[in-house]
Amino acid sequence: MMLFWELFYTFFLIGLLNFGGGGAMVSLIQSQVVTLHGWLSEGAFTDIVGISQSTPGPVAINCATYVGYEVIHTAGFGTGAAILGSFLATLAVVLPSFLIFLVVVRIFDRYHSSAAYTYAMKGLRPVVAGLIAAAAVVLTIRVHPVSVIAENFPDWKAWTLFAAALLLCQTKKLGPIAIILSAGAIGLFIY
Amino acid sequence: MDRNISLWSVFGVFSKIGTFTIGGGYVMLPLIGAEVTRRGWLSAEDYKDVTILAQSAPGILAINIAYYTGYRIRGVKGSVVAALGAALPSFLIILAIAMVFTGFKDNIYVRRFFQGVRPVAVALILSAALDMAKGSDWNWWTAALALGTVFLVAFLSVSPIWIILTVIAGAVSIAALRGRSGRGRTDGKEEDSL
Repeated sequence: MMLFWELFYTFFLIGLLNFGGGGAMVSLIQSQVVTLHGWLSEGAFTDIVGISQSTPGPVAINCATYVGYEVIHTAGFGTGAAILGSFLATLAVVLPSFLIFLVVVRIFDRYHSSAAYTYAMKGLRPVVAGLIAAAAVVLTIRVHPVSVIAENFPDWKAWTLFAAALLLCQTKKLGPIAIILSAGAIGLFIY
Repeated sequence: MDRNISLWSVFGVFSKIGTFTIGGGYVMLPLIGAEVTRRGWLSAEDYKDVTILAQSAPGILAINIAYYTGYRIRGVKGSVVAALGAALPSFLIILAIAMVFTGFKDNIYVRRFFQGVRPVAVALILSAALDMAKGSDWNWWTAALALGTVFLVAFLSVSPIWIILTVIAGAVSIAALRGRSGRGRTDGKEEDSL
């Protein structure tokens, strides 16, 4: 019972302390689950991150669900308990930002016609554009140590797919879902 | 808020997005944007404001966007339903892999599929950044903010929270200074923001 509570508390903390994207959250989860608590081995965690990156959905949610399952399972509990563990970890990781969101929308409702809000949005817009671009830059230049595949851009075929997708998305010729699925289908044939 | 939009349709759209977002949470940005503007749930401008709020708060970006978008559509209920819809496919797929398909990651077809998706995921994220940049009033200040942010976060690994807090503090100070000297707009609301 104690382990379930610790799992919930740990992922609540992870959801609360994370700023700026899934990559940062993965190292936060690693420091808590592997280094601090020793619930999972380094190798087991690396496998989990690899799968989290190659399944649909936010990496942090995938990671929380999988870690919740494995921690309870590794501790010797059955499948039902492990599903409960994955549910608790996933709920805990999204709960803090929900509570903060409830506060933020109150602040928004109160101040959204103030001068400070107008200035803040004017300043934050280029910053957020920069943050999103930074995520793309990081994925391009940095090789993730625990990634399923070695690199995001191993050859010219990858750059061709990149350029075609950017063009199609910017000209709104094809929706993002169609672009992702076609790229996966092309990958099956060219790799 | 629009009560004509059912909570089920909000759930349906977000679970569809959750199912097809491959390559991480940032890829969800253009997906949610395309879906909610196509359906007329939010204008492109409103969606940019939502993205800014979601990025400025802690937590998982994609889930934050679901909270704020869902709230704009159907209030607090809408936010819960949207986040549930966005997270549920991930949850079920991971459970299935953990319980049954433990060899998923090493499957050759899975690897080939994701090798194709990876560069495209980066393109979609860059496209979302360009969309966000398009609406800004570009001048030396905003250009420096955007490029400075890319440099600090991507190359020096500075946490985004410090940049966001600095901009908010700057905005509040400018509003306070202009309000006090009487040169700014005096619609009475500025006092509230101090």
